Amino acid sequence: MTGLFSEVFLSALLFGAVTAAIPLLLAGLGEQMSEKAGVLNIGIEGMMLAGAYLGFVGAFYSGSLWFGFLTGAAGGVAVALIMALLCVRIGLNQIVIGIALTLGLEGLTALLHHFQFSRSYPRLPAADATVIPLLSDIPVIGPAFFKHHLIVYLAVALVFAMSYLYRRTQLGLNLQAAGDKPAALDVAGIDVIRTRTIAVLSTGALAGLGGAYLANVGAGLFIPFITNGAGFLGIVLAMLARGRPVWVLFGALLFGVCLSLTTAMQVAGINIPTDVIQMLPFLAVMIMLVLFGRRASLPAALGIPYERGAR
Amino acid sequence: MSIDTAPSATALDATSSAATRRDILHRLLMTLGPILAALVIAGCILLAVGVDPLAYYGYVLEKGLFSPLGIQQTLTRMAPLLFLAAGLIVAFRAGMWNLGGDGQFLLGAVTAAASAPVLVEIMPAWLALICSFLIAMVVAMVWSLVPALLRAYQGVNEIITTLMMTFLGTSFANVLVKLVFRDPGTTVPQTRTLPVEDRLPRLFDTTITSGLLLGLATIIIVHLVMTRTAFGLKLRIVGANPRAAVHAGLGVPGLTIAVFAISAGLAGLAGAVDIIGVQGNVRADWNPAYGLAVIPAVFLARMNGFAAIGFVFLLSMLSIGGESAARRLGVPNHFTLVLVSIVLIVLALAEYVDHRYNQSRKA
Repeated sequence: MTGLFSEVFLSALLFGAVTAAIPLLLAGLGEQMSEKAGVLNIGIEGMMLAGAYLGFVGAFYSGSLWFGFLTGAAGGVAVALIMALLCVRIGLNQIVIGIALTLGLEGLTALLHHFQFSRSYPRLPAADATVIPLLSDIPVIGPAFFKHHLIVYLAVALVFAMSYLYRRTQLGLNLQAAGDKPAALDVAGIDVIRTRTIAVLSTGALAGLGGAYLANVGAGLFIPFITNGAGFLGIVLAMLARGRPVWVLFGALLFGVCLSLTTAMQVAGINIPTDVIQMLPFLAVMIMLVLFGRRASLPAALGIPYERGAR
Repeated sequence: MSIDTAPSATALDATSSAATRRDILHRLLMTLGPILAALVIAGCILLAVGVDPLAYYGYVLEKGLFSPLGIQQTLTRMAPLLFLAAGLIVAFRAGMWNLGGDGQFLLGAVTAAASAPVLVEIMPAWLALICSFLIAMVVAMVWSLVPALLRAYQGVNEIITTLMMTFLGTSFANVLVKLVFRDPGTTVPQTRTLPVEDRLPRLFDTTITSGLLLGLATIIIVHLVMTRTAFGLKLRIVGANPRAAVHAGLGVPGLTIAVFAISAGLAGLAGAVDIIGVQGNVRADWNPAYGLAVIPAVFLARMNGFAAIGFVFLLSMLSIGGESAARRLGVPNHFTLVLVSIVLIVLALAEYVDHRYNQSRKA
């Protein structure tokens, strides 16, 4: 038992938690933006997969992780473009298109992987970490939180940037209005379709980036269905966070710890099926909802396509 | 929408039979046209990865539809999907997003798999099967109780809660298989296997499960209840406008719980029918994830039970044919997902174009 709670083990556990949390954080922040603008983005799982696949391909052939992140984000945007065209511009049902996109990207990325990589399963070299001086010398916490790839710190900084965006900028207000009362936004002379399109495309970029991180840094390779529900977790996080980016961060860390615990338990050789530990974060959230479940503050026009002049 | 506009567009026709015939023809065209278009688009992807699309489609059709064994497998696959679709029709018509179908399905499957082999030893087989169906249904209903209560009395959005319950349910089903109901006689973690002679009888001399008939009956009954009875009308009012439903004096919380119970119960039955009719046991980590594919199909059927039967047939034909083609032509099974996704998107687009066309003709 002493080995289980040693310093090395704890910091490895927390390090893993952060690594597992970053894709969830990016997906959650992205989904939050869509939902604020009134688009329920169920296709986010597909966007993450596109990001994971293209991110891996980009990083693998160029040898640069940053180029991989770029292609990953571009992959997410490409899927988001379909979503924006079909669901925002011509107003098709968001749930049908979202699920269809997720299914399609699951299939497409697995298919491409089969023809491209299934014989060799190439891996990327381990990502080099940016060590933050001084802070990284703190025992346990230092190696866990301050020895990550640069993009991890950027993702956390993004949380605060998003808070600022929603609270202090015109675009943030427009996004909120597009989800709560699109007709009012339209009357104010702002294009609802454009505002929502911006939101959906940003979601695609963030989700794609999250997928690319998952493949390139988290796993070091691409395998079919690598996201394994991370996009759906992002939806849950965004809805639980009630529009506040900081809560997405907390939620992502909670899920990250549980995911990391699953791996740690296996390494430590503890004889519980991993499924038990996988249930923990969901159980925690359900208990929270039962105890404190108040009315969720979702945007009023969430999931309803905007059509000018419609009754 | 085409249901509303088609009669007025053809009202000038003297004979109504000609009108309905034209309506049916129109609907057939609007379904088959997009499917053909989707096949062409997906064919381009096949070409890109170096597979002859015509050979692939020919093989899928042969194995999923025209070969005697294939059509039997397709019809057998329809049974659980029909139950799932029936459950979703109830929930969606009542305006509730039960996205937790997979968790409810798996828990139903696991409880049916655990109870059926035990029950057949102590009672006649037919009674044992009925009992395990009921147990599976009740377990799935109980599983949906938390989201139902939270939605009914606290207004907590059911998309989050059902999604989380489905993640929980998938893991919980695995825990049950690995720790509680594990068959001690095998090395792979799985439940005890129900002997073939105790499973749901097969139809006539074929391999088609009689679960197909149960599924067809269920979805038609659900359709009639939702469209022809007072209870169905109440649910549809709740779905159309919950506030108006309160003012109309409907007990919305009670109806909400009823909707979740029916929807989840049917998903649990779907799991039971798949286990008792076809699989015989549940292996650890078994999750066919039918729910995700059935949801858009139910939408495209406009929550109409009869149309849903057609879409479910299409889905199972594609998946059975795709599985055979994967083994034979070396195209992984994942291609079926791509094909289904393109079919769904093109069908949705076609419906939009049709709606627009009708509107502009009316104006």
